[in-house]
Amino acid sequence: MSGPFTILGGGVCGLAMAAELSSRGARVTVIDPKGAPGGHACSWWAGGMLAPDCEGVSAEPEIVRQGRKAAGWWESQGAAVHHAGTLVVALNRDQSDLATFARRAPRAATLPKTQIAEQEPHLAERYSKALFLADEGHLDPRATLTALHARLAQRGVRFGGDIAGQVIDCRGLVARDTLTDLRGVKGEMLVVRCTDVTLSRPVRLLHPRFPLYIVPRGDGVFMLGATQIETGERSRATLRSVMELMNAAYALHPAFGEAELLEIGVDARPAFPDNQPRIRRIGDVIYANGLFRHGFLLAPALAQMTVDLVLEGKIPEVWYEDYRER
Amino acid sequence: MPTFYGTEVTSRLMLGTAQYPSPAVLAEAFRRSGAGIATVSVRREAGGDQAGQDFWALIRDLGVAVLPNTAGCYSVREAVTTAQMARELFDTNWIKLEVIGHADTLQPDPFGLVDAAAQLAEDGFEVFPYCTEDLVLCEQLVEVGCKVLMPWGAPIGTGLGLNNIYGLRSLRAHFPDIPLVVDAGLGLPSQAAHALELGYDAVLLNTAVAKAGDPAAMAQAFGLAVEAGALAARADPMDARDMAAPSTPVFGKAML
Repeated sequence: MSGPFTILGGGVCGLAMAAELSSRGARVTVIDPKGAPGGHACSWWAGGMLAPDCEGVSAEPEIVRQGRKAAGWWESQGAAVHHAGTLVVALNRDQSDLATFARRAPRAATLPKTQIAEQEPHLAERYSKALFLADEGHLDPRATLTALHARLAQRGVRFGGDIAGQVIDCRGLVARDTLTDLRGVKGEMLVVRCTDVTLSRPVRLLHPRFPLYIVPRGDGVFMLGATQIETGERSRATLRSVMELMNAAYALHPAFGEAELLEIGVDARPAFPDNQPRIRRIGDVIYANGLFRHGFLLAPALAQMTVDLVLEGKIPEVWYEDYRER
Repeated sequence: MPTFYGTEVTSRLMLGTAQYPSPAVLAEAFRRSGAGIATVSVRREAGGDQAGQDFWALIRDLGVAVLPNTAGCYSVREAVTTAQMARELFDTNWIKLEVIGHADTLQPDPFGLVDAAAQLAEDGFEVFPYCTEDLVLCEQLVEVGCKVLMPWGAPIGTGLGLNNIYGLRSLRAHFPDIPLVVDAGLGLPSQAAHALELGYDAVLLNTAVAKAGDPAAMAQAFGLAVEAGALAARADPMDARDMAAPSTPVFGKAML
């Protein structure tokens, strides 16, 4: 057995790192002062969309490439990934946004009303055109993190204890104490229950100012997200943000007007200036951070590359910075 | 180059800083366009404890003049408070004043705008009012102390270009000595060039660059376009005419 390794932080980054290391037989300790997965990690508030094509419309190509590894990796770790694709719609007056999106997401298929009806009957009442990304998937972040935590404990990963061996720092925004170019990007989200609408897959509503995604969690529960504000504030969901999310949901389908509001969530995503993650060596510590809005999408690739580095000495193909020489 | 409140800027292009894929892309857009002024919003980013300082530091690092704005303000009081906060944050008297009157179209509230501009000018601010091309409104803004006017080309984010050429032209003729900036609504570099050809001093835009597939390339295109437009305006363009005017004589035809 190789190791030991100590992972700081038990959010999606830290747990994915622990999973990858322990899968390859390494001894791992995860230290997170807050204990089990929960609202202290920004991944708790995530959408859980594994949607590289949709993200690629505005994100760098490398994020798309690395993100394609996510669904398979999560399944290899026992997570329930729904392979139902993503549906993208726009209100009538924003059809030009749909055209732009289609142009920038080469894998998007255009669905006419009849085919929307086959996929999402409730949306066919309102939309005559949609884009469909068949290869995309989604998972439930909270269920996934909680199950992975339990699975890792069973596998012999220790939670809590003393720092020993190689330290891999996955503390997200908290690591700003060392990673001075890391910044927070605030996000607000809602969880609602709505029994009048059924959706089988994540739906994105394009809007020039209030873009929205809705991810079905089953039992009539939906996650609505997410704002993206350039501030490191991790609390204080504002009325304006919540109102915008609600408005967008109501515009997507008026039946959401009768939804029960279950939860208002807020946190800040850790991001580097190019909004791409990093594996960074500073002194003896390796930092894996900056997953931005792509926690579940990119944590697998980031973990695989980091573990290749620490176990096999293989230099990561992207996102690697060695500060030891500086 | 235009001079705003006694400060000569380095470019006729002003860029907003919202909606870019990342701060790195934003920085690259500034580098390639040569834009001389960055507008930045503070209302929403300030958070409870000015938690937006990381992003603001990135904006300061661009090395261009910063013009904070009151984007997202719907009332005079809100705009004035935001301006005061911006002055502290960025240590500048410059403020791009937006008082939005209509949530859907983001059309300026001309009445609130004059009120807020008067209060801010009184308080020592150097106000850049985001306004419509209405002559009377612009006169009042100048009267309360604005020494720059920023009429829209079209509503924010539409990319429709210059919607009222006549209005923009008469504004230029009416205020020959006040720096005029077309702010908002531009979608293409040709529209920016047009604004400069009309004699405008600068243009301000955001969405057309930030939401382009390649923002840095589009920013560069806008940078070239404003240079072309300004050069054309100084070159004394010919006046348009209805008759074709062949540049070589046509023999054997009657000259009418």
